[in-house]
Amino acid sequence: MAAGEPMVVVDDLHIVYRVYGAGGDRGTAATALLRIMGRKTRGSIREVHAIRGVSFVAYRGDAVGVIGRNGSGKTTLLRAVAGLLPAERGNVYTDGEAALLGVNAALLDDLTGERNVVLGCLAMGMTKKETKDRYPSIVEFSGVGDFVDLPMKTYSSGMGSRLRFAIAASKSQDILLVDEALATGDAEFRVKSHARIQELRQEAGTVFLVAHNLEEVEQTCNRVIWMERGQIVTQGENVIEIIDRYIAASGGTPVERDPVTGARVHSRVPLKT
Amino acid sequence: MSNDRRLSAPGQLAAEDRGAADAGVLTTEMPDQPLAEFALAHGLRPAAERPPIGRYLKSLWVRRHFIMAFATARNIAMYTEARLGQLWQVLTPLLNAGVYFLVFGLLLHINRGIPNYLGFLVTGVFVFNFTSRAFITTSTVITESLPLIRALSFPRAALPLAYVIIELEQMVLSIVVLAVILVITGEPITWYWLLAIPALLLQTIFCVGCGMATARLGANVNDFSQLLPFLTRTWLYLSGVLFQISTLDIARKYVALLQINPAAIYITLMRGALLATQRESQPGAQPYNRLKCESWHLKPAAHLDWSAYCAPITNPDHYWLYGIAWAVLALVVGFYFFWRAEAQYGRG
Repeated sequence: MAAGEPMVVVDDLHIVYRVYGAGGDRGTAATALLRIMGRKTRGSIREVHAIRGVSFVAYRGDAVGVIGRNGSGKTTLLRAVAGLLPAERGNVYTDGEAALLGVNAALLDDLTGERNVVLGCLAMGMTKKETKDRYPSIVEFSGVGDFVDLPMKTYSSGMGSRLRFAIAASKSQDILLVDEALATGDAEFRVKSHARIQELRQEAGTVFLVAHNLEEVEQTCNRVIWMERGQIVTQGENVIEIIDRYIAASGGTPVERDPVTGARVHSRVPLKT
Repeated sequence: MSNDRRLSAPGQLAAEDRGAADAGVLTTEMPDQPLAEFALAHGLRPAAERPPIGRYLKSLWVRRHFIMAFATARNIAMYTEARLGQLWQVLTPLLNAGVYFLVFGLLLHINRGIPNYLGFLVTGVFVFNFTSRAFITTSTVITESLPLIRALSFPRAALPLAYVIIELEQMVLSIVVLAVILVITGEPITWYWLLAIPALLLQTIFCVGCGMATARLGANVNDFSQLLPFLTRTWLYLSGVLFQISTLDIARKYVALLQINPAAIYITLMRGALLATQRESQPGAQPYNRLKCESWHLKPAAHLDWSAYCAPITNPDHYWLYGIAWAVLALVVGFYFFWRAEAQYGRG
């Protein structure tokens, strides 16, 4: 795997969010006017240095798990790889198009699931015919059933994320970025999405998976990146070892493992790999 | 082994914690050469890079079905909450015209000197409404579509384009309503009506260009979309929707400026196409006659058509040229302006 073809190269990446109006009494009309006239003193900008110098290389066929606590920069990293966040310093290089699947990202909330499927497919650059051909399999994969006729705002969060995953995963993306999108799925959907991710990897793509469910990362990913406060603590292909260390570092109960295979003794997820 | 030390000293952790069991496992696999060179050598491209204009246009063309489907879907979604549904597409411009006619036509008698004032007014309101709606809706298109932008990669210019198409669909419906009103008010159906098609086309191109510009401005500066309704309302009063610009009591050069402003140009073109009364009464339609022109200025209501004997300030033949020039200028500048920030949309 190491000698493979690189798909994503992240070179000393720094990402800084600028939050306007973060504090103080800046919201009045008078101060706003002064700010517009003056154009320079935008007093209350808070800078949040979300990613501080991250470097890694992901290769064709990799499934990379990104783990870390809330606020450690996982989602930011994914958005940067998707090309949605300009870097403060450093750079992200990718080979091909990236699609980001986030748990909060409804496509168009007030439209029906059906229209979302069609729009999503067309937006990804499929032709009308391809869209028509894939439509049944996408709906079937998502398992939303009759709800497909209803606006997506009526969906449960699990249904919404299933449909979004089904849309984004319907095309073999060069790079698929999954941000907790599987977290709300039920057991059956996890099995299906797991299988689909493996397929996408074989179709010569790279998959990134952000998940708090470590068992999911363990069973899906061949590489893992552990992030803390915008930096990489450690990364590598020794997934199980890194996860065990992460669990220990965050004060969790160690996982009981089979000494030979490294598989979990009490698995909560009914996965067949 | 204290757990709290691990997090504050990540570098140390990796070295200290590696047991003998995984000694053979590769923890990181970094290439020897600098990463930027390594990436470029393997044909990778910066992720947040803006595509060159040619490729951008091509990918926009590939997405044409998406643009149409997005426009249709938005259009339907916009009216799902209202009981009358898409009927509002027609009702809104009708009510607009009704309000202006009541206030300016019946109460304030500003219709002096304009034959078929109702037809004049409604045409102006509908045409201007298309321009102003295109400006206002596109200013929020990026913020409204953030989830879509963050989930899928496609040329973002598709979004303002789709919004203008929504407004165009509405405008076509409005024109059907307008045609009925004009026939009722006694306008003849003539071949000139066909000129409405190129006029609408030019206006649409103009709106697409401006919509791209406002989409970028609205994406960066939130205050912009707050300000926009006031700007368009000022524009409305300056563009001769409610009155004949040439009758304004201001210096000729200002009249000329108001006449060639794009909103007024497209209104004039549409009026010239649909209203025979306008074609026949516009200054320059008849050979110049000082006496008739002055008596029209003195008592416009007595001789509605005599404005035709006045000398035009802007040559009527030049309106089409201005219409084309504004459309091309807006499209080129607006598209370029939008494309320049392609990699920035969706930061939020």
